Amino acid sequence: MKITVMLNGKKIEEEISPDMLLIDFVRGHGCFSVKRGCETSNCGLCTVFMDDMPVLSCSVLAARASGRRVETLEGLQEEAEEFGSFIADQGAEQCGFCNPGMIMNAIALFRENPDPSDEEIKEYLAGNLCRCSGYEGQLRGIREFLEYRRSKRTGGAI
Amino acid sequence: MRIVGQPVQKKDAMSLVTGKPVFTEDLQTGDCLVVKVLRSPHANAWVRSVRTDAAKKVSGIEAIYTWEDVPDKRFTMAGQTYPEPSPYDRLILDRHVRYVGDPVAIVAGGNEACVDRALRILKVEYEVLPAVLDFRSAKDNEVLVHPEENWRALCPVGADNKRNLCACGESHEGDVDEVLKECDVVVEGTYHTRANQQAMMETFRTVCYMDTYGRLNVLSSTQIVFHVRRILSNALDIPKSKIRVFKPRIGGGFGAKQTVVAEIFPAFVTWMTGKPSKMIFTREESQTASTPRHEMQVSVRVGAMKNGRIRAIDVHTLSNTGAYGEHGPTTVGLSGHKSIPLYGSLDAHRFSYEVVYTNVMSAGAYRGYGATQGIFAVESAVNELAGKLHMDPVALRDLNMVREGQIMPAYYGEQSNSCALNRCLAKAADMIGWKEKYPCRDMGNNKVRSVGVAMGMQGSGISGVDVGSAAIKLNEDGSYTLSIAAADMGTGCDTILAQMAAECMECSVDEITVTGADTDTSPYDSGSYASSTTYITGRAVEKACRKLQQRILEEGARMLECSTEELEFGGGRVKHLGDGREVTLEQVAFSSMCGSSTALQAVESNSSPVSPPPFMAGMVEIELDKETGHVEILDYAAVVDCGTVVNPNLARVQVEGGLVQGIGMALYENIQYTEKGQLLNNSFMQYKVPTRLDMGKLRVEFESSYEPTGPFGAKSIGEIVINTPSPALAHAIANATGIWFKELPITSEKIAMGLLEKERK
Repeated sequence: MKITVMLNGKKIEEEISPDMLLIDFVRGHGCFSVKRGCETSNCGLCTVFMDDMPVLSCSVLAARASGRRVETLEGLQEEAEEFGSFIADQGAEQCGFCNPGMIMNAIALFRENPDPSDEEIKEYLAGNLCRCSGYEGQLRGIREFLEYRRSKRTGGAI
Repeated sequence: MRIVGQPVQKKDAMSLVTGKPVFTEDLQTGDCLVVKVLRSPHANAWVRSVRTDAAKKVSGIEAIYTWEDVPDKRFTMAGQTYPEPSPYDRLILDRHVRYVGDPVAIVAGGNEACVDRALRILKVEYEVLPAVLDFRSAKDNEVLVHPEENWRALCPVGADNKRNLCACGESHEGDVDEVLKECDVVVEGTYHTRANQQAMMETFRTVCYMDTYGRLNVLSSTQIVFHVRRILSNALDIPKSKIRVFKPRIGGGFGAKQTVVAEIFPAFVTWMTGKPSKMIFTREESQTASTPRHEMQVSVRVGAMKNGRIRAIDVHTLSNTGAYGEHGPTTVGLSGHKSIPLYGSLDAHRFSYEVVYTNVMSAGAYRGYGATQGIFAVESAVNELAGKLHMDPVALRDLNMVREGQIMPAYYGEQSNSCALNRCLAKAADMIGWKEKYPCRDMGNNKVRSVGVAMGMQGSGISGVDVGSAAIKLNEDGSYTLSIAAADMGTGCDTILAQMAAECMECSVDEITVTGADTDTSPYDSGSYASSTTYITGRAVEKACRKLQQRILEEGARMLECSTEELEFGGGRVKHLGDGREVTLEQVAFSSMCGSSTALQAVESNSSPVSPPPFMAGMVEIELDKETGHVEILDYAAVVDCGTVVNPNLARVQVEGGLVQGIGMALYENIQYTEKGQLLNNSFMQYKVPTRLDMGKLRVEFESSYEPTGPFGAKSIGEIVINTPSPALAHAIANATGIWFKELPITSEKIAMGLLEKERK
């Protein structure tokens, strides 16, 4: 079947097999940030945006993305760098394999709720597993990033 | 120190957080054959026949291999220094399949769909045999997991395949039975830990291709490039000179990737077909056909006098190595050698063990490597002892713990030259508010808050065995390239080794490029395991840097026409101490590239006759719901003595990550088999690793000793951090419920049922 997807701002028309998963479609187009960590929608590594909503691309058919906008971390490099550097400042990226999925979902959280509490952060990101960091360093990085954004907004010293 | 001790950002951090293609699967080029294996549905069976004709006709199928196509030469997949203590008990494909998941056939094809189709069509006729599934009845069972004649053990580890024994042994000092008789109080217990999965986010994976010189190139997510090369050579029966193994970024290891798991199959396919191939394990395969922690049953007796002096510890461990012996003979050793020495003034100790084969997935290396299991048992027993003595368990430990300068008879007779365990324990007690909170407080509403404590230790590398190396060279812009074969698997060893190099060469971390690991170009390193890299390879970096400095001085002396003794190295230049003349490193480097015979490169190796233990104390506060059995972690205070902390950020995250893995092991991560030997917890749906909602608040501090044999005084950090949660949580749960749970995981269900049973009584 033929689908048309706006992938990271680029229009792609392609003949695909109907059972193709979105994760395989985007990786096939060089979006290697999207990782497969399980096959059961439990790990959050394959998170992408479909029309601005975070979805697990291992559980979405590529056909479902036809006529929609799909974004991966490749299309959000500035945001990834800005936020990611706060994770890196904690050493909490560790192996890095779960980072793109977590960062995608964190970006979604910040768009939805610019000033989340610790509890809101933990709940929103609960589906993003990480086996290295123990999560505490990621939380510290997120808090620091939010603090940086707040001071940027209020024009205070960073 | 300028750079060692600083929270430097990891060198690869920004690539990782921006999702750059740096992992094995991201780096495959062009078309690769997809390699998968057909796995046995039986726990013990003989393959009568494999019919491949129909499957071979599936369009796109390149090759199908069965036991008839592979070398009949046994090997081990354990990544260990030769001669490996793990027995040679594997074939690439064996007619005798020994667990549900054991490979029966290899299928390679142009895409996943055709390979899956061929796997479905393959017809295998099995003769199903009775299986040994309970490790308690494995020894001398009439069913033999390895009856074959060409099974062999290279090292004298007490193995006997005709008794299902992978290893056995005993060591002691003093007469433990006699001393226990003299003790006022003796606590006895038998503790059972499960075969937990490392569950690193990146599953096992390997890409292979033939290079310009007709050599097999293996790009793999591995902690042990050199061991992989040797193991592939053994398995494929081809010369090591024909194999190159290298690693990209690794998506987590935790010991899982200290065993060859995925490599053999694509390597065999590429060697046979000459075509590039890849094997990517599914999560299900990673859960069911890999190398989890050894299930152990640890029996402990601890004896003490009324005044609290612990006089004797007796440990016996039964370990389940599963269908194959990877790391079987060695992990078990740590269950005694790295638990008993926590107590410093014993009159006697004994440690004995047996490691048995069974028809379940083979075990392997997982962070803690047996110490985790032993410490759960010994620390739980000591906590129970405190109760019997009516003593505070922290005070009991303070009275008995190992101190700096003591000889540790159960730890290979080594002296504890760097030990701040007493400070760790005191600080953790302060952090958690032990005095106020021990043992518990009833919060009303059926909830109890309680605290628990445990100490832990590990080693720093394998004494007298592990080798770390570093090669460092000066580039013409004055920067350096550091070549290593230690494996950064997210731990940050590329960065902390660069910090050490920068400290020695008096430059910035940015001026050190780190490359490796690659068997063709890196200097030999046993690999990153056994908590060795900081301690062993770190020292090699230090030595290589000193040597390079000397060479730079030699080149400087040639340029300034003086002797090296008149020169000083520092601040990016070589300076004449007498007349102040100087040359920059750029000038030195350029000079070495024109008419010079001085190689501005140095290689050094390092090994250590000792393995200085890091120590730690862990204390946890929980809230336990007596109605549901739910345990909520409120606070975990961990204080670690890893010697000098090379990078406080990375060390802290190691601790936090290890604690959460330990919490998962203690409370949720379960391994359950059907009566036919099928593993039920085969996905993240059934095998529950902690999420960020589960781990409560973690607080980590360091109390550093100075290890004289370590680089800049450092010891290890990677493994010790997983050792305290199980005993500390079991203790807290006992303080809340009055029930000592001796089998992991301590699920809510077990707690609720335990409380019901207690009420009934």
